[in-house]
Order: sequence, then C-alpha cells, then structure tokens
Amino acid sequence: MFKLIKKLENISIQVRRDVLRMIYYAKSGHPGGSLSATDMLVVLYFHIMNHSNKFSIDGINEDIFFLSNGHISSLWYSVLARCGYFPLEELKTFRKINSRLQGHPTNAEELPGIRISSGSLGQGLSVALGAALSKKINNDKKIIYIMLGDGELQEGQIWEAAMFAAHYKIDNIISIIDCNGKQIDGNVDDIISLENLYYKWQSFGWNVVEIYKGNNIENIIIGVKYAKSLLGNNKPIVILLKTQMGYGVDFMVDDHNWHGMSLNEIQIKKALNQLKTDLKDY
Amino acid sequence: MEKKDTRSGFGDGLLELGKQMGNVVALCADLTKSMKMEAFRNHCPDRFFQVGIAEANMIGIAAGMTIGGKIPYTGSFANFTTGRVYDQIRQSIAYSNKNVKICASHAGLTLGEDGATHQILEDIGLMKMLPNMTVICPCDYNQTRAATIAIANHYGPVYLRFGRPKLPVFTSKNDTFEIGKSVVMKRGRDITIIATGHLVWESIIASDFLLKKGIDAEIINVHTIKPLDKDTILDSIASTRAVVVAEEHQINGGLGDSIAQLLSIYMPTKMKSISINDMFGESGDPYLLMQKYKIDYQSIVNSALNLLSDCKK
Repeated sequence: MFKLIKKLENISIQVRRDVLRMIYYAKSGHPGGSLSATDMLVVLYFHIMNHSNKFSIDGINEDIFFLSNGHISSLWYSVLARCGYFPLEELKTFRKINSRLQGHPTNAEELPGIRISSGSLGQGLSVALGAALSKKINNDKKIIYIMLGDGELQEGQIWEAAMFAAHYKIDNIISIIDCNGKQIDGNVDDIISLENLYYKWQSFGWNVVEIYKGNNIENIIIGVKYAKSLLGNNKPIVILLKTQMGYGVDFMVDDHNWHGMSLNEIQIKKALNQLKTDLKDY
Repeated sequence: MEKKDTRSGFGDGLLELGKQMGNVVALCADLTKSMKMEAFRNHCPDRFFQVGIAEANMIGIAAGMTIGGKIPYTGSFANFTTGRVYDQIRQSIAYSNKNVKICASHAGLTLGEDGATHQILEDIGLMKMLPNMTVICPCDYNQTRAATIAIANHYGPVYLRFGRPKLPVFTSKNDTFEIGKSVVMKRGRDITIIATGHLVWESIIASDFLLKKGIDAEIINVHTIKPLDKDTILDSIASTRAVVVAEEHQINGGLGDSIAQLLSIYMPTKMKSISINDMFGESGDPYLLMQKYKIDYQSIVNSALNLLSDCKK
C-alpha cells in the first residue's frame, strides 16, 4: 500500500505540473478546480478503474468516466495522456487552434478517452445515468464514474437527474462531487448555499459517502473502495469529496480567483518549484 | 378520405421499431398517451423510460444511452423538447453528434385550445441552426410512420416534428421515405408550391382551386427541411419561375428562410411565404386558427394569384 500511495502521489504531482504548464502556455484555462480534483482522477485512472487506453466510444465491459465540470479539462487531458490514450506531446496543443484538446472536453474532435462534450454545466449527471442504463440493458457489469463541481449543483437539471437515478435504482454509478467550496464569483456558500449536501443527497434516495481529505491519496482510495462496496444495492452512490481549490500550490489554495485564470512567468516558476517529481514534463 | 393524427403515425412506427430493433429505446416526459407511446411501452417495458416532467434530464439521459449502442427516441411536445432544452440538445446531442431521435408532437398553432404557451412556432428554426441536426416534418400519418422507422437507420441527431390534429391520410402506406429527398406530389407548369408538414395537404387543395383559374401548380413536399433537397427544388423553380412556401412556423427561421437563402444564391426568384408573421398564437379551434393566421389553403391560393400577377408586371 505504501509503495502504491507513493507512486500515485508522484503521478499527482506530475499531473499538477502538466496542468499548470498547459494553462501557462495556453495563457488561459482553469487551474483551481483542476488542482482540487487531481488526486481523485489519478486514483480513479491509475488504480480503481477497469479501462483500456485502446479507446472505444461505447466502453463495453469497461468502467467509464464522465467529467461534468468540463472546465477542468486540462486535468483530464493530462491524466488521459499519462495513461497512454494519446501522446503526451499533444498536451502542447491545449486550447490552441486545430487541436483535439479543446478548451472544454468534446468527442467532436475524436480525442481518445472522451465520449461526450461537457462545459455547459449541469448536464453530465443525466448523461452518466443514461450510460449506466445502457450498461444495465447490455448486462454489462462495469461501473460509471462521474465528477461534478459543487457550484454546479446550483443547476436544476442535477436534481432532476438525482430523482431519476433513485427512482430507477441505478446502482452501477458512483458520482463524485468535488466540494472545493469555490465558484467563479466566490464561496459557494456565499453565492447560493447548498446547505447540508449529505442530507440533501440522502433525502433524494442516494447512498452518500464522505471523503474528508479529498487531496489525500490514501483517504481517496479507502473512500472509493468503500463506495464500490455499496454498488448493486438498488441505490445510486455519491461521494462528497472535500478538497481545496488550487491544492498543491501555496498561493492558489482556497482562492476562488484561480477558478479561471492563467499564471504569469513568476507565478509558474514559483508553482513548479513546489511540485517536484522524478517523472518527466511533456 | 380517412383522417388520422400524425402522432399516431409516430406511435405505430415506434412500436414497429420496438419489435424489429432491440437497440431502440424510448423516453417520455409524462406525455405517454398524448405522444401515442403506450404501445411501445406495453410491448417493450424494459426499453421504455418514463422520466417525469424533466425534459432537460430526458435529453441528457438519451445522449448518455447512445454510449453503449442504444438508439433513443425521446417524446414530448415540441415546445418542451426544443426551446426549453436548447442548450442540452446543443451540447449533449448536436455538438456531441449523438444518435438521438428527438420526436415532437403538438407543434404549431394547430395544437389549438391550449394557446400560445404551448404552440411553438420557432422549433424548426431552432433545430435547423444546429450543426449535425437533421430536421424532418412529415405530412400525414403514413409519412410520419415511415419517417419514424427511417430515422433509426440514419446515424446522427434527428428532430422529427409532427402534430396533434387528425388530418387526411393522402400518401400511400407503401411509399418509401428517403431522408433529404423531397417528393413531387403533383407536376405543374405555372408556379411551384413548396410545403412541409400538413401544409402539403392545404397546398393540394389550393392547387385544385388554382387549376379552376387556369393555373397549373407544381407541389413539392419538403419533408426534410435539413438537409434541403436543392436539386428537386431548383429543378422545379427553374421551369416555373415562381414559388410559394407554406409551413406552420414563424416566417423567421423556417422552411421559407431556407428556400429564400437557396434561391438568393442559385436562382433569384420571386417568392411568397405562407407562415406566421412574427406573432404568437392564441387559443381556438385549430382550423379557425389556420384561417385567422393565414396558413390555410385559401391563403395559399391568394398568395399564388398575387405572386403571378406581380410576375406579369
């Protein structure tokens, strides 16, 4: 376990380097949420999910991941590239013209690993539930994972989907809320409070798992494995992942201004100095 | 002539697909009876999903179900499955090029008594503007049934629009439906009447009246608004040099716009539009509304006569 955690921590640091370098070179992007969700995505793709980098859109007999808060695309692209879905070199094209790495993820450019477009918030949970139903009809026992932002829960469609999932007892899905507590204009609780998310999801008929240290690899592994143990019990599962926006870079932590802002030359140097690994930059 | 509603054509086509194709699934937002989806639900209960009054969720679920190889047919009223959920359709279906068939009943004024809140007259425009989207508006029961079946074998997003009232069934049960291929219903020399949906029937009646005045109209049934069948349309207008376009839709954004654009590029021609003139509808008997808002056969006759007299000047 110790060796595994060290390995995943190392990958997380490298992914954070990728994310910041991509955003720096693109002169735009969304570092805050990308850094808060990094550890979960690394655990899912490098340890938990049963998936193949020989990509097929239907993902038959594979676990499938969806990203509803598509603005943290730089994170997903780095993880996919480091899993071998496409060449690492391609990360250089992020947000540039003629790239498959669009500002927000899309299958329209046929980038391996991506099955649908996301970015306009609130739509991903419905999509993931559709894919979960498809798996059930196909008698495919693999799992759907989906990540959403906490601010995104202000979209009404999420709650339509939440009701639907419980009604249809969709128990082959693990939905992960990245609770970094921030959105573009400030603190989620100051903008439109989500109140008690645990009771909210529970009252909507979901099994709720809380991971209090959502940037700690060991805690994430334990939490996700526990969530997996609840699969197949006639209830959908949601993980409330308590994270920090900008985790890993001291001047970005918990600052909502880093939702969608690039770094200048001094900032990127300072940030990369805090993220040392023995892996190689793209 | 037998009268049937186009939505029953959808329901019967969907049932047939349910029997033939195991990968066809259907979703409905609390309008199963109105959408005539009960037969599919009863025959394929494991492939029918009642989503409740939550159209945005329905669109997302349909998009997701394509991942794993399903062909989802969603059913709701045109108003609630286009304008209300435009961004969901745009991102999760059109941009993502998902194989979802968005099926919409109760389009237009002829929904009747429920009034303007429900009478969407902008849906064709909304849907045709989306890249990847095919837009189909069949003319009667038989054609709606055939279109419902045909779109299952076409990969990509489709908007299929039909309506509430019972209308004459004037096409044959055995007619083949080819997406993107317009049907010349009647040959004629003097003027081309291009129509979509049940306005094709109004155009046929109009052409009988015109014939009594010595005017021989050609009638083209443009059931596929996008992609538009340029060749059939331009061939006809090249010989008649006058065109009336008839649809149950706003003048802005409908079939008339598509035809005007085509003609302005390839063959500038005088044209009149039978459509709703930038207004909302109101409650009332469907046919009285068609008369009041000037989309009935008499309006087509009048427009054709005016146009031909303009052309002579």
